[in-house]
Amino acid sequence: MGKRARRGAEGGCNGALSRRQALIAWGFCLPFVLVFGVFMLVPLLSSMGMSFTDITSRDLRTPFNVNIVGFDNYVTLLTDPRFHKALLTTAIFVIVGLPITIAIAMAFAVALNKGLKHLNAFFRAVFYAPVVASVVAVSVVWRYILQDDGLLNSLLAVFGIDGPDWLHDTRFALPALMIMTIWRNMGTLMIIFLAGLQAIPTELKEAAAVDGAGKWRTFTSITLPLMKPTILLGAVLISVAYLQFFEESFVMTQGGPLDSTLSAAYYVYQQFGFGRYGIASAASWVLFIIIAVVSVLQFRILGSDE
Amino acid sequence: MAEVVFDHVTRIYPGNDKPSVDDLNLDIKDGEFLVLVGPSGCGKSTTLRMLAGLEEVNKGRILIGGKDVTTMQPKDRDIAMVFQNYALYPHMTVADNMGFALKIAGTPKDEIRKRVEKAAEILDLTEYLDRKPKALSGGQRQRVAMGRAIVREPKVFLMDEPLSNLDAKLRVQTRTQIAALQRQLGVTTLYVTHDQTEALTMGDRIAVIKLGILQQVGAPTELYDRPANVFVAGFIGSPSMNINTHPVINGQAKIGEDTIDLPREAVAKLTAEDNGQIIVGFRPEDADLAVADDPNAFSLKVVNVEDLGSDGYIYGNIITDGSAAEASTMMSDQNKLTTVRVNPRALPKIGDTVKIKIDPTKMHLFAPSTELRLN
Repeated sequence: MGKRARRGAEGGCNGALSRRQALIAWGFCLPFVLVFGVFMLVPLLSSMGMSFTDITSRDLRTPFNVNIVGFDNYVTLLTDPRFHKALLTTAIFVIVGLPITIAIAMAFAVALNKGLKHLNAFFRAVFYAPVVASVVAVSVVWRYILQDDGLLNSLLAVFGIDGPDWLHDTRFALPALMIMTIWRNMGTLMIIFLAGLQAIPTELKEAAAVDGAGKWRTFTSITLPLMKPTILLGAVLISVAYLQFFEESFVMTQGGPLDSTLSAAYYVYQQFGFGRYGIASAASWVLFIIIAVVSVLQFRILGSDE
Repeated sequence: MAEVVFDHVTRIYPGNDKPSVDDLNLDIKDGEFLVLVGPSGCGKSTTLRMLAGLEEVNKGRILIGGKDVTTMQPKDRDIAMVFQNYALYPHMTVADNMGFALKIAGTPKDEIRKRVEKAAEILDLTEYLDRKPKALSGGQRQRVAMGRAIVREPKVFLMDEPLSNLDAKLRVQTRTQIAALQRQLGVTTLYVTHDQTEALTMGDRIAVIKLGILQQVGAPTELYDRPANVFVAGFIGSPSMNINTHPVINGQAKIGEDTIDLPREAVAKLTAEDNGQIIVGFRPEDADLAVADDPNAFSLKVVNVEDLGSDGYIYGNIITDGSAAEASTMMSDQNKLTTVRVNPRALPKIGDTVKIKIDPTKMHLFAPSTELRLN
């Protein structure tokens, strides 16, 4: 009897202690859990819920009057030629933009990985500056560069080329925005690649040189394979950013001319602006699924042997 | 296979005024195993890297097989190198690591496989050919690095402290294997180490270098028996040589209270700059306990005794004015104590004072001013 009573008392003591610890632990977690719950989880889940309803801006006063419509929004979306066009534009943007961004960032990183230290620090800052600059401020400059009688066309005129009206020509608006986006995102990748390059031991390059490899061969056979995890990280980061490509077309072209720079994210924005919240939510979830699938695919392909 | 010649080679690193390698003249004969040895920072690795083409040569020429390679790219020199940390390509299998150089050279695939398999057999790596370096032990990685070199069949092997990342037991074992392999292949080899035991056991010849200046080149026994200067005398041999500066009185060295005879021709070579002093060196095994009234012996107060079974060592201080002296010793890593090897069955006790007699034929005498050998 006495024994059991003592054990019971110990158990109670332990129980109280662990309850107290759990309480303290939750206390520490609370600020994050609250912020995450209110500002992330609730909007996320309600947008998912909205995507299955016919909610529009008129229903805001009576949000409980909306009807559940199942997958109707998704069907509408997937049969909308404008949404197809937006997806295609986004796809082109990623498929063309991503390799170019990686190639340019890699070239700059390799160039900055050798040479004089002080000069490198300067150029590193210069190439990274577009990442820090506000897109709205930068777009003013880019519009000046790209307008019909702008800097670029004046430069081309020197060589006798009659440049197009970049931002108002359906064939050139997307490439023009692509160039601007690459310029803006290249810096981030360059810094990531530079860190990756510096992690490669010098002896490996020396061993390759002694083994008879020239500079290019060393780069393709030693540096690039060892950079694979870094390139994967960069590719995922940049493709997620490019799939959500929005700001540039928002400030430069408003999706035009003739929807030629209408991205998936811009489509979502437009639908939201038209007050079609259900469609907008559905579109953003489609985009979310595409981003998730693309990221998984990249991990599969690039990270295959690790 | 080829002869290697360093012809007045100098390397000054940017920002330094003092050369890291200063006017180096060195010949490595065809098929020879030459060990470059010296303390850390002495320029031995720089020398090796200049031969590899990884380091610029500021002055002088380097020739491999009679061909001037001074300004050639590493890839054009036909050399193979084993790095200290092996520098294996982590993303390639063992077989790919070993075959990389041949692949670049455009060797046909089945030829590469044949040569890699042959090298793997020699190095006992056959079962690991498909593994990545990550999955290998230190010793196995070391052998892969060796394999990468021998698959090439190059003119020259360069080895930069290839054993320093192995544990002591494996090091001794691998040391023998590398030396045997080199003799079997007959490829000219330059081997860099800071370990004088490695140098003595492996090399056909040894080159001792200090602060970028070549001190002495010769066969291991030559360096051991007749070191050209105080540095080589102190560096080669373990336990190292006892080296002390003593006053010369009437052609005899005054060691503590005692005097010992010196060869007359050596004393004659002393100059005024030596201030009547002489550096006397002797190896622990070249001295013995003497009878108490031996006129040609000096007194030593024993402070430590080691019995290794096969050998016994006594460590002690030389007695001056009836007490043990300090500050008269230099260049010896036994805590400035004099070391003597004695019969382990007749060890003196700690605290005893014993008489030590140096074998006069094995005494090493140096001038204090130049530190060069006198006898």
